[in-house]
Amino acid sequence: MNFEFSPEQRQLRDQARRFFAEQCPPETVRAVLDGQIGHHAQLWQSMADMGFMGVTIPETYGGLGLGYLELCVIAEECGRALLPLPFSSSAYLATEFLLIGGSQEQKDRWLPLLASGKAIGTFAYAEGSAMVTASSITARYAAGYLHGVKLPVPDGSHADFAIVAAKADGREELSLYAVDLNGDGVERSPLATIDPTRHHAQITFAAAPAEPLGHTGTGEAMIAAVYDRAAVLFAFEQLGGADCALAMARDYALDRKAFGRAIGSFQAIKHMLANMYVASVLARSNCYYGAWALSTHADELPGAAATARISATQAYQLCAKDAIQVHGGMGFTWDFDCHLHYRRSHLLAVNLGSLSQWEDQLIDHLQAAKQRDLGSTA
Amino acid sequence: MNFDDTPEQANFRAAARAWIAAYAPHHLEAELRTAAGTGTAGIKSVDPVEAARSWLKAKASAGYACPSWPREFGGGGLSPIERVIWQQEEGIFGQLNGIFSIGHGMCGPTLMSWASDEQKLRFLPPMAMGEEIWCQLFSEPGAGSDLAGLNTRAEQASDGSRDWIINGQKIWTSAAHLANFGLLIARNDPTAVKHKGLTMFFLDMSSPGIEIRPIRQASGQYGFNEVFFTDVRVPDAQRLGAPGQGWEVSLTTLMNERLSIGAAITTGFDQIFALASQLYASDGPLIANRAVRSKLANWAVRASGLKYTAMRAVSAIARGDTPGPENAIGKLVAASLNQEIATFAIDLQAEAGIITDPDLAAAQGQFQAMLLRSPAMRIEGGSDEILRNIIGERVLGLPGDIRIDKNVPFNLIKGSIQ
Repeated sequence: MNFEFSPEQRQLRDQARRFFAEQCPPETVRAVLDGQIGHHAQLWQSMADMGFMGVTIPETYGGLGLGYLELCVIAEECGRALLPLPFSSSAYLATEFLLIGGSQEQKDRWLPLLASGKAIGTFAYAEGSAMVTASSITARYAAGYLHGVKLPVPDGSHADFAIVAAKADGREELSLYAVDLNGDGVERSPLATIDPTRHHAQITFAAAPAEPLGHTGTGEAMIAAVYDRAAVLFAFEQLGGADCALAMARDYALDRKAFGRAIGSFQAIKHMLANMYVASVLARSNCYYGAWALSTHADELPGAAATARISATQAYQLCAKDAIQVHGGMGFTWDFDCHLHYRRSHLLAVNLGSLSQWEDQLIDHLQAAKQRDLGSTA
Repeated sequence: MNFDDTPEQANFRAAARAWIAAYAPHHLEAELRTAAGTGTAGIKSVDPVEAARSWLKAKASAGYACPSWPREFGGGGLSPIERVIWQQEEGIFGQLNGIFSIGHGMCGPTLMSWASDEQKLRFLPPMAMGEEIWCQLFSEPGAGSDLAGLNTRAEQASDGSRDWIINGQKIWTSAAHLANFGLLIARNDPTAVKHKGLTMFFLDMSSPGIEIRPIRQASGQYGFNEVFFTDVRVPDAQRLGAPGQGWEVSLTTLMNERLSIGAAITTGFDQIFALASQLYASDGPLIANRAVRSKLANWAVRASGLKYTAMRAVSAIARGDTPGPENAIGKLVAASLNQEIATFAIDLQAEAGIITDPDLAAAQGQFQAMLLRSPAMRIEGGSDEILRNIIGERVLGLPGDIRIDKNVPFNLIKGSIQ
């Protein structure tokens, strides 16, 4: 049994951690938060130079051709650094849609640009309030053109192209379309969100030229497949964020004195930190399970992804909120970084659908597994 | 990243599995499964002590009893990873070891580190093979989480025999009424600071002056005892470590704990999932209910987190490393899971949830038993609060609490002498 990342993968993680510590310190995140920088092109290019954008892209398209385990360790460091860039939209979503559904021509066109960081991709799915379901989507595609309004679209303001979920004329199933966001018929406007360190936009498609990605009517299956992969990768981001928030809180509890001693010596604070640690350990082990399922293309990926997703969401939300609590009033100031994790933890809790959707998926998976077990012993 | 055995490990696993298929008491399996997590050996159809003994004896003959102990002491001489694989394969039959687990997990390793060679050869093989039962005489009515505050006295006899005379009371002693021998920590010097005035002994539980009274627990069961000592004589040769070194000796067992990973922790998740899959409400199966699903998912990820944390520890053992501190979370998480799951399982059964009769209650009454047992799980072997202190202080590096008894002679601490 070797339920652990390899020495080379751990080395890559350490390398990514050093990279982000140098290139993406809190000041960089805050520059985006305060609106001084829209898209941090220099950091984006440095990440591309490191090869991060093309980790899972085959070498024939200019990527590194490594596996998902390598992307997982990078994702953890992105989360730790509160990376304020469209990496996840491009590398976990757009890249994966192209890999599983793209035609040869689409792969040839977009994957080299994604791998080199010259293009940013994203996925446009939600259409405002209410849970997204196949039946709730109103965006329509007909004769090469797309119509509809999508919001929130992650990184919609800076992405070069989007994979868009819509319905083909006369069909009720979902299909996917690739749309050049710099082309005609696309209007984008930034959205104010709970986490300004990650850009989101509203995009209106009014006869935007679009081309199908994958077969018409197979959108829902492709979305489910990519979301399972993305859930594991985002879970690693959440894990990195949770550990960072816990470390901040621990350091503050050692440093801050009250009633003549470090506040970390009080059991009320100590036990809060212990609970954060427990949640983070459970999330890490579940994330490893997700990473294993992702990297081995295991049948249990839907269950493993949901497990990692739920566990990491819980851990990040707990660590972020209680990091503020440990910091007391200082934790609620704009100047302390606690609120950055609080914001990010709540963004990442819903960016792939609500917790209850993942809970449903997990229970469905466990029920199916139980049926299989009963079937195999019968 | 994989869950695969090396070829050697796969061979070992196959041999263990084949041996278990041939020799395990399969007729007890169903009973053991129903009783999992309720804190008793749980078998009523046969004497649980005899069932445990015969399982140990069979295992000893094949080198699977106390798998990681040296062969000369009755063990299997197996590597740490082989021990883990054995535990995985032994599975539910590992529950049978219950009454012997104190000896195998705590008393044995302490003897191995501190007893004479002659004593090791005399006492360890019968312990390994289940011929002699050991108990651990540590906790007292006034010393639980703060064990070093114990009051049982050990005074060296003035008759020239160098024997130690023990007076005092121990409590929460599992299996004291069945035990042949006990590991005892007592205070030899009340004028020393509290951790420094303790000495460790082992003694014959049939010694004159020992009185054992069973404690009736809140669950109604009798799993523990009080043990009273009145002028009990212990030969000096049965002292483990120097006088005053008892605290250090007691920590030996704790060092072994990190390696005792791999055996499944019972969380109750599989049981509640099965129950929720079986029960119906007026609007359909309970497992279709949104609120039920959410609770199940929450417990599923905690149970899965424990499972894969153990896998990470096993991976470390397989590499020859010591598992990391993350393994401190196991019992803390599992104990609350048991209690929450039992509470909810009873709610799912509504009015009938109060019935404990195994013939009438859902799932043979296992959730009612789990409910009544689970408060103890949050206390025994380190309460939730002590475990959080350990995580806070040893893992996260937070400062200890202020101790007003620090560096003060024990007899000068207010209220220490009882």
